[in-house]
Amino acid sequence: MEFSDRELSLRAARLYYDDGKTQDEIGDILGITRWKAGRLLALARETGIVAISIVDSADTAEVRPPNGIVVTDRSRAQGVTDSGSLRRFLHGLAAVDAIGLEERAGRLATRSIKNDSKRAALDTIIRLIDLTTLEGADTPGKVRSLVRKAILPDPSDLTAPRVAAVCVYPDMVQHAVAALGSHQGDGVTGIGVASVATAFPSGRSSLDIKLADTRYAVSQGATEIDMVIDRGAFLSGDFDTVFNEIVEVHRACGRPDGTRAHLKVICETGELRTYDNIKRASWLAILAGADFIKTSTGKVQPAATLPTTVLMLEVVRDWFNLTGERIGVKPAGGIRQSKDAIRYLVAVAEVAGDEWIDPHLFRFGASSLLNDVLLQRQKMTTGHYSGLDYVTVD
Amino acid sequence: MSRLAIPKTYKLFIGGKFPRSESGRTTEVLSPSGKFVANVAKASRKDARDAVVAARAAWAGWSGASAYNRGQVLYRVAEMLEGRLDQFVAEIVETTGASTADARREVAAAIDCLVWHAGWTDKFAQVHGGANPVAGPFFNLSVPESTGVIALVAPSVEQSSLLGLVSSVAPALTTGNVVVVLASEHAPCAAMTFAEVLATSDIPGGVVNILSGSVAEVAPWLASHADVNAIDLTGATGEIAVECERSAAQTLMRVVRPGTFGPTESAFSRIAAFVETKTVWHTKSLA
Repeated sequence: MEFSDRELSLRAARLYYDDGKTQDEIGDILGITRWKAGRLLALARETGIVAISIVDSADTAEVRPPNGIVVTDRSRAQGVTDSGSLRRFLHGLAAVDAIGLEERAGRLATRSIKNDSKRAALDTIIRLIDLTTLEGADTPGKVRSLVRKAILPDPSDLTAPRVAAVCVYPDMVQHAVAALGSHQGDGVTGIGVASVATAFPSGRSSLDIKLADTRYAVSQGATEIDMVIDRGAFLSGDFDTVFNEIVEVHRACGRPDGTRAHLKVICETGELRTYDNIKRASWLAILAGADFIKTSTGKVQPAATLPTTVLMLEVVRDWFNLTGERIGVKPAGGIRQSKDAIRYLVAVAEVAGDEWIDPHLFRFGASSLLNDVLLQRQKMTTGHYSGLDYVTVD
Repeated sequence: MSRLAIPKTYKLFIGGKFPRSESGRTTEVLSPSGKFVANVAKASRKDARDAVVAARAAWAGWSGASAYNRGQVLYRVAEMLEGRLDQFVAEIVETTGASTADARREVAAAIDCLVWHAGWTDKFAQVHGGANPVAGPFFNLSVPESTGVIALVAPSVEQSSLLGLVSSVAPALTTGNVVVVLASEHAPCAAMTFAEVLATSDIPGGVVNILSGSVAEVAPWLASHADVNAIDLTGATGEIAVECERSAAQTLMRVVRPGTFGPTESAFSRIAAFVETKTVWHTKSLA
């Protein structure tokens, strides 16, 4: 079957602008040459299939489409195509049974872990850690020592695995990348570089600045972006703003070569107050394009809690059952002890499934947790209790 | 109408709180005639671990407090002990079979021991430290500082139940150390009541932690614990003392061997057993 040029340019435009494919890849997909793909894209612009507007000011209203939200592939598949359908979708989610949720989380926390399983659990926890430093006092030297710790957590025991990623502020990304060198990877192949962005932790700035923040982090070499949602907008019921912001940041994660940094969306559950809000924010983030949903910035109390994480795991499980696509979960902040981290692992396995115990799908956002895990490992190896003198000072 | 007796269950003292043993175990304390006196928590290695964590957390505050302030707090403990004198006398008589007069002498000695150490807090550095003569325009000062977390095996009942405990704890506290004490195995009641005295004095939570239970079971875990800086084996005997000393060598922790001090001895050298000397140089003049 032959497509008309107009149909072809429509498809080419979608692949190019929505999916971030290169002209080469579009040629492969549509079975045409790269030059033909280029001509089709030009045609798309000339005939008005694609409208490009350059926005110089911070006024987001100018880019907001008339129907309220920028529709994504995921949202379209769920019938979420405008403000109204987004609102109906989020308010149509089943209410969270708070007592039941806390009861379930409490029950998961009582599992007894035998010694040999504990050893495996400790190593798994290390492999899932996003080793984090997000302080105003961070320096390139601090980041370099963090990276060294990420590569070799316990110099006295070379069997300790490396962590999944380091998580830093955007201006520290370059130093993390330089210090990692050949150790850099995607969390499994090597250590990822995650950067918080979008005016972290409050998210109180203009969209332009948030996007610039994101692009800067990506251009510096960040492989993962941890963005914050606009909690003020969310709590005042302006889901469109929250949704569109995530879509825009998702786009800003794209690199010139067509690949893109993974996007983690921080719901800041401590500020959302209710489980129902947390559930809505999680769904909204996934619909808007999140690769990961993350509980907290770590700057607001309460940060990650077990019930909140169980709730998010239920959301990604439901999304998987609905679409067959796996979204990651990252609890962050307040997980300081191995014992707590093991409870999270139990929750992941029980609620979402064993497939989620993988750096691509589950992370701990933590700084002091690693030292506690190392102390527990040392206890298991040597048979006596260890102390903070035997791990690095962060 | 006669009242129903309310026998007491003694719990542990960790981080300023009175938890039961993590293991859930208790042991019965009997009088010398075999009569049931009370249930006492039997600490496990994990209780010892928790106690070390609590002690480590309290160390910065206690060692950082001014010597004058530590003296005030120790004196306060003596005051609180004085107020409970009769309770301690009754407890010692019941659990050890000592005469009332002996028990009263023992508690009085414990109170005096605390007052004696309260006086030493701000004088110890003057005697143990010093300005050293050096061949140059420098001040060269040696200052004793606290060692850190000290594990103490309190002397057992034949030697003394309350006085033995206080005589071990007070010298360590004087210079700003924090302690994890294994109470006398045979008569832990007075030790645990002493914990109640500490809890109502101004000693910050975690500075003194008291565990009751089996010394043979718990002491080796404290001796091998890498976050314990010193161990006082005054109350340990035989094989256990040897094993503890061997474990302690692995982390180069300070060890006070059994017999170094008398079980109820108060001595300057006992305070000096748990200090580290810091020597600093400072120019005499910037001119």
